Amino acid sequence: MNIAEMSTMLVWGAATAYAIALVSFTMLLARKADAGVAARQAAVVGAGAPAPGAADLDPASPTPGRAKAEGIARSTVLVGLALHAGAVVTRGIAAGRAPWANLYEFVLVGALVAVLVLVALERRRTIPFLGTAVMGIVVLFLAVAQVNFFVPADGVQPALQSYWLVIHVGVAVIATGVFTVGFVTSVLQLLRAGRARGGALASPRWGWLATTPGVGALESLAFRLNAVGFVLWSFTLVAGAIWAEHAWGRYWGWDPKEVWTFVIWVVYAGYLHARTTRGWAGARAAWLVVVAYVCVIINFTLVNLLFPGLHTYAT
Amino acid sequence: MSDVKTPEIGAAGWARWAWRQLTSMRVALLLLLALAVAAVPGSIFPQQPQDPVAVAEYVRDNPTLAPWLERLGFFDVYASPWFAAVYLLLFTSLVGCILPRMRKHARALRTPPPRTPRRLERFPAHSREETELDVATVLDRAERHLRGSGPWPTYRVTRLDDDGVAASVSAERGYLRETGNLLFHTALVGVLVCLVVGDFTHYRGQAVVVEGRGFANSRLAYDSFEAGRGFRPESLVPFRITLDRFESTFDPATLLARDFTAEVTVDEPGREERAGTIKVNHPLSVGGAKIYLMGNGYAPQIEVHDAAGELAFSGPVLFLPQDTVYSSQGVVKVPDVTSGPQIGLVGYLLPTAVEEPAGFWRSVHPLPLDPALVLSVWTGDLGLDAGLPQNVYELDEEGMTQVTEQTAAGERPRTVVVRPGQTVDLPEGLGTVTLGEELPRFVALDLRHDPTLTVILVFALAAILGLGLSLFTPRRRVWVRARHTPEGTTVVEVAALARGDDPGLEAEVDRVRLAIAGQEEER
Repeated sequence: MNIAEMSTMLVWGAATAYAIALVSFTMLLARKADAGVAARQAAVVGAGAPAPGAADLDPASPTPGRAKAEGIARSTVLVGLALHAGAVVTRGIAAGRAPWANLYEFVLVGALVAVLVLVALERRRTIPFLGTAVMGIVVLFLAVAQVNFFVPADGVQPALQSYWLVIHVGVAVIATGVFTVGFVTSVLQLLRAGRARGGALASPRWGWLATTPGVGALESLAFRLNAVGFVLWSFTLVAGAIWAEHAWGRYWGWDPKEVWTFVIWVVYAGYLHARTTRGWAGARAAWLVVVAYVCVIINFTLVNLLFPGLHTYAT
Repeated sequence: MSDVKTPEIGAAGWARWAWRQLTSMRVALLLLLALAVAAVPGSIFPQQPQDPVAVAEYVRDNPTLAPWLERLGFFDVYASPWFAAVYLLLFTSLVGCILPRMRKHARALRTPPPRTPRRLERFPAHSREETELDVATVLDRAERHLRGSGPWPTYRVTRLDDDGVAASVSAERGYLRETGNLLFHTALVGVLVCLVVGDFTHYRGQAVVVEGRGFANSRLAYDSFEAGRGFRPESLVPFRITLDRFESTFDPATLLARDFTAEVTVDEPGREERAGTIKVNHPLSVGGAKIYLMGNGYAPQIEVHDAAGELAFSGPVLFLPQDTVYSSQGVVKVPDVTSGPQIGLVGYLLPTAVEEPAGFWRSVHPLPLDPALVLSVWTGDLGLDAGLPQNVYELDEEGMTQVTEQTAAGERPRTVVVRPGQTVDLPEGLGTVTLGEELPRFVALDLRHDPTLTVILVFALAAILGLGLSLFTPRRRVWVRARHTPEGTTVVEVAALARGDDPGLEAEVDRVRLAIAGQEEER
């Protein structure tokens, strides 16, 4: 087995570990939902008396089954992360350059950043929804990347031989990873706010929502993530313009990739403004995060694959 | 909104109302979203400035839709009036918003922190405890801690005597947040101004240069030249560039390009001749402009003798590469024959030619390991005398006939294969064609001059700096009140308030408490 094949093996290993983590996080979510329902029933029965099951609403209180699922989830994420990092490093060694020069590698490294952000956020306490969603997206990304975008590890054409590849694409990958977790947090915020309004989201099926942090805390976390992502994205945009000036002789030329990088930047800028605008703060602003993240996904899938432009070597 | 009720609101009133609307956050937000939406069509439809050929194809394929798209500016979105309307309104709104904020911020920078509120317990972060220390010591320690030991104070602090019994410290930090915000928005205006000035003063020329030859920096020497309205031809520095050598390397396994290098000699007036290299990603700076390597190919040296044996054509001919193995297409036009019809040669230069099966030629390597020129022959009127501009890479087949031959498979175009150093007879006694021993390379160079480059970079970096400051600088107010009690102790209250989300607020209160207790944290 050569080093390039080893990288591919490690990717599948990481995806497997993440899949196990995904299942564990989901079980954790289900248990929490059950606990939530039990607590409410107990509260109804007890009518005024302290509800015996209410303590379960506190995410810190351990029950045997939950502790086990939580332990498996947390440890498999770390195992997956180690394998994933190994896959990225071996890929770089096999290609003899920074491992983010094409769509396959972009997705591979972007997913790694998303997992790193997840581990950082869940350092002190487990947020099962965040774990479930991020693991789900990452497993999907890794599988799609392996099956649809895979290209053998190789050197790059002269246009890509620049330290700007490391800076521009590297920062873009990190920003995408951060945006991914920011997006998940905003979705969670929307669900949580929807539950507070009643309707389908208030049904017992969505009971686990009650165990997540409150709308305010989620909004503030989503803002911090998206703000960091926005600064990184601004940097991606400027670094890309500098590189374009070196390679193509103009810093801005409305290439499809440039157009969508700009659109993403403007929508996230819109989000930052919406947060402080009356009538837009809260749910509407969170919807803008969803729109912006959809643009991020379009930017590195549809734009690469469908629109001809100077960035086509990214596929 | 009360003016709306007055019947005689007047033009000035409407203007004021419109201005207030335009500079409101809500309208700015809607304009931002409109800008994002307006930018998208430019990535879906082909754009005239980027790819005129694709636009022409689109117009041909969509005869009903295309004229409407054309009229609405969808083939040049970023120069269309509606796109300009959105960003001009947005920037007007932005300027209208930041100018008053700048005035306000300048005032705030000179104003001391506000008086300590009466009831500190209603703030989100709050603590209250008793200590043996006296009021002055408590406030001294609080003040020292809040100012910090850095070159400039962390907090701006004022000491207040509240009501004779209690005294307090009022402190505020995070003015940089608004400074950063204003810097960001001002820098964006700077970027826009640079774009406009750059468009007005820039110039750009493209030249194709064959090895051993050169070009001069003058409008006429370029194959195409384009400049802003503020450009003056006198401002072109009359330098000269000669292409000494061009080298390319390819991956031995995949044959994909790995490196292109053009070695040139630069002759600038008033300076000594110097050598330079131009690579992809590494433009050469000459005479205030940058020269980029945009393309390359082969320019075989071709000679054609006519039926009378006279030299009718001699020179390098550009063959444009069509694929990764440099199968290159080109045309030789020979108008100056002694007598008879004009000659046109159309065909391929194959750097490493293979004939397989017989009669079918292709290239298997981008480097000239075994080159061959495979040409078909046309005779007739080249159409050059009409005085109309012609594409040098295409033969106008209107007045020409292709020379064919009868084969077992029917009538086929007659092809001529020439190897380096060979002279081969043209069919029908038209003459001979000779391919030079050497196979010179050519490069396509792009020269650009934009005086705003440095300034726009400074503005862009300033925007990022401002953005970081405005998003991550905590804006906090901290109050410490100390009150002497009849029992001889001192009640110390600490409270803090932040603008926006601030997860570090509680920790800030704790640090102040510790500092007052004399247990300053180790940093």
